[in-house]
Amino acid sequence: MIQIVKKGETSKKKKILIHISALSFALLTASLFILIMGHSPLKVYLSMIQGAFGTSYRLSETIVKTIPLVITSLGIALAFRMKFWNIGAEGQIIMGAFGASWFALSYPHLPSWILLPLMALGGLIGGGLWALIPAFFRARFRTNETIFTLMLNYIALKWITYLQNGPWKDPGALGFPKIPNFHEHAVLPRLFGIHIGWLIALVLVALSALFINRTKKGYEIQVIGESENTARYAGINVPGTILTTIFLSGALCGLTGMIEASAINKTLSVEITGGVGYTAIITAWLANLKEPLIIVVSFLFAAMIQGSSYIQMAFQIPQSAAEILQGLILFFVLGSEFFIRYRIHIRRNPVKGVS
Amino acid sequence: MLASFLHAAVIAGTPLSFAILGEILTERAGKLNLGVEGLMLMGAVIGFKTALLTSNPFLALCGAALAGAAGALIFAFLTVTLRSNQVVTGLALTIFGTGFASFAGQGLAGFVVPEQVKSFFHPLPLPLLSRIPFLGDVLFNHSIFVYAGYFVVIAAYFYLYKTHFGLNLRAVGENTAAADAAGINITKYKFVHILAGGVLAGLGGAFLSLVYVPTWQDNITTGRGWIAVALVIFCKWNPIRIFIGAFLFGGLDIIGFRLQGLNIHISQYFFDMLPYIVTVLILIMMSVKDSKESSPPAELGRPYFREDK
Repeated sequence: MIQIVKKGETSKKKKILIHISALSFALLTASLFILIMGHSPLKVYLSMIQGAFGTSYRLSETIVKTIPLVITSLGIALAFRMKFWNIGAEGQIIMGAFGASWFALSYPHLPSWILLPLMALGGLIGGGLWALIPAFFRARFRTNETIFTLMLNYIALKWITYLQNGPWKDPGALGFPKIPNFHEHAVLPRLFGIHIGWLIALVLVALSALFINRTKKGYEIQVIGESENTARYAGINVPGTILTTIFLSGALCGLTGMIEASAINKTLSVEITGGVGYTAIITAWLANLKEPLIIVVSFLFAAMIQGSSYIQMAFQIPQSAAEILQGLILFFVLGSEFFIRYRIHIRRNPVKGVS
Repeated sequence: MLASFLHAAVIAGTPLSFAILGEILTERAGKLNLGVEGLMLMGAVIGFKTALLTSNPFLALCGAALAGAAGALIFAFLTVTLRSNQVVTGLALTIFGTGFASFAGQGLAGFVVPEQVKSFFHPLPLPLLSRIPFLGDVLFNHSIFVYAGYFVVIAAYFYLYKTHFGLNLRAVGENTAAADAAGINITKYKFVHILAGGVLAGLGGAFLSLVYVPTWQDNITTGRGWIAVALVIFCKWNPIRIFIGAFLFGGLDIIGFRLQGLNIHISQYFFDMLPYIVTVLILIMMSVKDSKESSPPAELGRPYFREDK
């Protein structure tokens, strides 16, 4: 006879233990897939680690892939704390990159110290406004934001496809549909060998943590997340807070777009996001929406992505294996939460009436 | 001209009608499954692969249905048994399904559905019905897969509103605790309908890869799974309204392609945006109208824990 009982507070140590075992189970399940494909799981995992950390170049690549994940996860976490399911990060990154690229392409000869801040502003506003559309309708009419934000991803993508094939097409690219490369003034500088985005990401982590934990607005966001009704009775301006928070959430994603366009692609293209908008949903959730943890989880995921691009060459395992692995990890962690929240009693003598 | 446009709209709407119906059944059981896109992709790739390997249309359909059911089983186990967050679990399912499809579909690009399978899904004019002027051409001159779509939608309508099981299902979605107290096996109802939803989504995906496209391409669903989730709201959780929702979107899907021939100077990329823009507009409209009749099953998205009550 099995009975399920709600637990009180689970100790931090136990929580971490449960999450780590979930992760191990995910890796074990993935091992089965690898075995079926005829490879040795141990060899594959080891070379993934090598691919992510093996040389200083690979390590710096892993860090470069961590940066957009961190900033986007911060944006998503902000919205998720309010139980506003913003899954439109992908589109907000794209529109941020669009805003930044507009400045980069319109004023290529401005000096860097003016142009880069303008591009960042373009990124923040592009992403923020794009997120504000669903936020407005959610705040005003309770329109379902999940599907709304997702639809905007597709619309943003089509918009860039249009620019790339139409008005912004590079005349010098011999008919190939691409947007011209940025002037070097529009490219973010490097610091210690890696573009300065890493510093921006760290600063934003600190600012987000302060904002959520130390300011009135941050507290209000958390109250709304707990219960919109409570927030309303407490006199919190719910629609106003939704609008500001989601603007900030989208703005952070938009800044990711600016950084990726400026430092990595040095232009705008339909592949600007590389799926970061979706991966960051996982990292934000796995980090339990906590800012410092976001750095750790993002770094691990970046290592996994970087490592899987390495095993693609070594073992001919397609890159999409990383997506499957991400999905598996999330499944197992989601399932493991059950053991944090509930306790299972197994009784010898079944009590009548309890099933 | 109009008849041929509507004829094509019905075909383009068929994958949606399967997926919408699947999500209606799932949501009627109180579960919001945002993994439809992933389920469709899993069905599409397994259906296509089975068709290539066996050249047997029945096996291809079974494969697609099983793939959808397998994905839905993960969702059901996590959200019903382990009470995980439905929104995040659905997203995880979409991410997993997308990865799974491009993984399994590696190297399939460019392959065409085998002739035996193709000919099985060739248009089959229905006797008498196809001779009705206009309507006959639009509705009754199609592949057997399209007719199957009509059939499941109508069958689901009768199931939901005219049978004992349907009544129980609606009770589970409206008030789980009351249904539980009335002796309905709610866990079984949830599992069965989430799985049925997976089967239907998988078949919807297979329609894309086996009939509509019919070659393999990465991300073959292009957001149709998400549109299906949105259209459930438009359909007010009533299967019969799928005929409006799915075929309207089928029309939007192909309108750009059709208008290209007419020398209209609007970029095709704007037409490509149309289904997504209209989905957003419908979402807004439905929420502004917010009437009692169009409200979702009361338990939608809420976890149920008997010991909580």
